[in-house]
Amino acid sequence: MEYAMLKSFADYVVFTILGLIPGSRSGEALDFFIYDTLKIFLLLTIIIYIVAIIRTSFPPEKTKRLLSHKREYVGNVLAALLGIVTPFCSCSAVPLFIGFVESGVPLGVTFSFLISSPMVNEVALIMLWGLFGWKIALIYIGSGLLVAIFAGIIIGKLKMEKYVQDYAWEMQVGNAEIEEQTFRQKLDYAREYTQELLKKIWPYVVVGVGLGAFIHGYVPAEFLAQWAGPDNPFAVPVAVALGVPLYSNAAGVIPIVHALMEKGMAIGTVLAFMMAVTALSLPEAIILKNVLKNRLLAVFFGIVAAAIICVGYLFNAIL
Amino acid sequence: MKIEILGTGCAKCKTLYENARAAVQEKGIDAEIVKIEDIQAIMKYGVMSTPALVVDGKVLFSGKTASAGEIKGLL
Repeated sequence: MEYAMLKSFADYVVFTILGLIPGSRSGEALDFFIYDTLKIFLLLTIIIYIVAIIRTSFPPEKTKRLLSHKREYVGNVLAALLGIVTPFCSCSAVPLFIGFVESGVPLGVTFSFLISSPMVNEVALIMLWGLFGWKIALIYIGSGLLVAIFAGIIIGKLKMEKYVQDYAWEMQVGNAEIEEQTFRQKLDYAREYTQELLKKIWPYVVVGVGLGAFIHGYVPAEFLAQWAGPDNPFAVPVAVALGVPLYSNAAGVIPIVHALMEKGMAIGTVLAFMMAVTALSLPEAIILKNVLKNRLLAVFFGIVAAAIICVGYLFNAIL
Repeated sequence: MKIEILGTGCAKCKTLYENARAAVQEKGIDAEIVKIEDIQAIMKYGVMSTPALVVDGKVLFSGKTASAGEIKGLL
């Protein structure tokens, strides 16, 4: 991607105004930091706003109707795709889950949605696109969808309906008749959503890019090749395990991982780590425990983790 | 008038509750405001994303918060 104007601006600030020497460590690290921060905030603002407008046309109530009584395979693919555009917050995971299964969305299809929705999210995609380029962002979307479809199909095949908490099946679910928003309301919503999200993630972005810039400037090249390179078979599972406690901090984690890749971390390992950060979150598991019995929760985490590890090995082997 | 705020206890649900209270106060109307945290009661309205604002049994919106000013306009 070309952001020549931002690059000239960063160069001007660092080398002309602050008088640092081009090619010096501190100069390059600061230049990198200013350039990346500007680029990411520009992309975040524009894309979050556009995504928020699109999302107003896909409320979860509509997604539920589209997925109700769909067969496996077709349903899993559709659910994974709808997961991208339907707004999702892990705090609403319980009503969403109950609403889905109660209206006849098969369990496996529901899981395809629950996996894809947080994993293929706009913040992760923008950060990947801005820092790694569109190819890596597309690979991330593609493999994220595959993980969601595959894991959902397996969970469906395992016939684990009895491991959903009993009360979820007995619940009376009403039909909310929520009026379609006007275009004006949609724009207002998108603006508020963008402001809210930026307010929440900006410190992570700044700290993440800052640490990334430090690694970029000060850590020797190939420093990580020995441990996190493509030749270490344990790198992928370890990366996935490390991703679990870093839930929902894609904004802060991606710039750091980008710098680590420059220092020799293999691309498959990077992708697997990112997926674990977004898809396997501890708080979400705790929330889902309200509707899932331990066994189904463990199967859900196990299958998603295994699928992500496979993606990691695959891209370490072919890229 | 009965105003219900549906939500399982997230930060946004609290914001919506506070804003609804402010809206009622500013408008000077007589309204009962309740926070509904029970999942069964939330599902009865068919709401799948929280928080949601319900006025006299009708869901006005779900999955977002609103400022006191916006809520005033809806009441």
